[in-house]
Amino acid sequence: MSDPSANNTGLDGARAWIMRQGRWSPFEVAFWLAVFIPFFFFPTYLTLASQIAIAALFVLSVDLILGYAGIITLGHAMFFGLGAYAAGLLTKTGWGEPLTGLLISGAFVALVGFLVSFIIVRVQHLALLMITLGLGLLTMELANSMSWLTGGTDGLQGVSVWPIFGTFDYDLWGYTAYSYTLIVLFIGVLIARRIVNSAFGLSLRGIRENLNRMPAIGAPHQRRLQVIYTISAGMAGVAGALLTQTTSQVALDVLSFQRSADVVVMLILGGTGRLYGGIIGAIIFMVARDQLAGINPQYWYFWIGILLMIVVLVMPKGILGFLAQIWERVRR
Amino acid sequence: MTGNLLIVLFDGLAFGMLLFVLSVGLSVTLGLMNFVNLGHGAFGMLGGYLALVVTREAGLSFFVALPAAFVGAAVVGIACERTLFRRLYRSGELNQVLFTVGLVFVATSIATFLFGTGQQPIQIPDMLRGWVEIGGLRFGIYRIFLIVVALVVTAALVFGLEFTRFGAKVRAAVDNQRVAQGLGIDVDTIFAITFALGCGLAGLGGALAIEIVGLDPTFAIHYLIYVLIVVAVGGLGSIGGSFVAAALLGIADVAGKYFVPELGSFLIYLLMVGVLFWRPLGLFGKR
Repeated sequence: MSDPSANNTGLDGARAWIMRQGRWSPFEVAFWLAVFIPFFFFPTYLTLASQIAIAALFVLSVDLILGYAGIITLGHAMFFGLGAYAAGLLTKTGWGEPLTGLLISGAFVALVGFLVSFIIVRVQHLALLMITLGLGLLTMELANSMSWLTGGTDGLQGVSVWPIFGTFDYDLWGYTAYSYTLIVLFIGVLIARRIVNSAFGLSLRGIRENLNRMPAIGAPHQRRLQVIYTISAGMAGVAGALLTQTTSQVALDVLSFQRSADVVVMLILGGTGRLYGGIIGAIIFMVARDQLAGINPQYWYFWIGILLMIVVLVMPKGILGFLAQIWERVRR
Repeated sequence: MTGNLLIVLFDGLAFGMLLFVLSVGLSVTLGLMNFVNLGHGAFGMLGGYLALVVTREAGLSFFVALPAAFVGAAVVGIACERTLFRRLYRSGELNQVLFTVGLVFVATSIATFLFGTGQQPIQIPDMLRGWVEIGGLRFGIYRIFLIVVALVVTAALVFGLEFTRFGAKVRAAVDNQRVAQGLGIDVDTIFAITFALGCGLAGLGGALAIEIVGLDPTFAIHYLIYVLIVVAVGGLGSIGGSFVAAALLGIADVAGKYFVPELGSFLIYLLMVGVLFWRPLGLFGKR
């Protein structure tokens, strides 16, 4: 008879390790305190701040599949855009309640993501890049040609969203918009934290590191990848829906390749596979775009291109990964 | 109706041949080194602008501009490869993709800075203008010229790869890089030369493309998508595959835009996703 206690301590040890991973670090607490700064010091930038929060949620959704599960995507704007259109069209049918609108849009996009995931998990490398790129472009062409539904290149106009809880209406300064997007982002981060600091999240990292070995140790990859892809799609859809609800319109560019590329750029700038990397990347990217585009809108991509090349060559783990490395070195 | 169909087929084939010249270099370099170079379209754009400068600023003939575009893009290509790209051969696909996307962003901004955002026309010789009439159908001379150029390029590539010593080394390196290296083949140098040739062909394609599709700073990103479709559908490292894929894509694109214009490029993307789902390695891919 084998000794059950040895097995038990091993399992308990693993459980304790996972619990340890999920603890709140002082940096995280500091970050969530810092998000209140715009309310007090930059009230004129609250609209930008809410845009950043939306972008951060979108980046977070990509980090879940790209950073943790290793699924490269060049077409995630597909889900963002579908969420944006779903939320917009929902208000057109006469239901403008924002919270249920967010949930319905997210659920719809998650369903689409689930269907797409059957294709995604079957391909790798260049074919994966091309299929994600192709699906993104395909959705955009479809939205463009179905102008009776989506408004085509003119965008979807006349989106009217009811006040949140019937009381908080969207103000010109963006107090409500920022608070609303921030709360949704926080919930998104909570969910993402729970996922990546679980046994399931750990198995995703295993799949990222070695796709063939995971089934060999009893963790089939396809089902797991489908689950995380569906969650990621839903989260991207919620981010898109937030954009519709806070700006009261949908432009065709929510589905554009540019948006898919931008979100991956933000993630790489910040650092993949570390939750806050993408968020930091989103902040840097959006603030830089706001400032540089003010100086010279045509050439802002020049600087982003240079920054991207430097980050890839010098800081392969992103800015946050680079800082973490320095922090490790200083502590020793 | 049959006449229309013939013209659509012909125009599509010419467009496909253009895409073939633009993309065959990427197919070979991707097959050789697994380096996902999304900057390939930027080398095409470079060739286009070089041709523009040669014909407009220097006042030389279009027939001088074509080799100039080839050489210029090849030189810049090999310079980038030696200084930048070779550092990324061992890093992941994602880093390669992002680095080269960064390159495209920079190239697009530089093109905007130098030439503005407008479409640039190019002067082509009188002998390439007009059309020939066969059986009541008008075939554009420039498009015939395109098809001839593409066929010459294909013949040269097939001959070079199949019947020369250098070609044998390239094929060996594509099939199995480590074994080729073990046999004393200098894979590094072979790759640099192949890369230069691939970029040069992209430059030539860019110069040839101006008359058909125009030239503006979005060229690098717009045609990158077509180039990637050709490479992915044709299969990596397969010249025949790229040729067939480019011809199919060109014909499908022109036919789609002629017969069902309201769908835009939807059919092309659907076709690509379908083919890749069915055969992830492309129609003629081996690995």
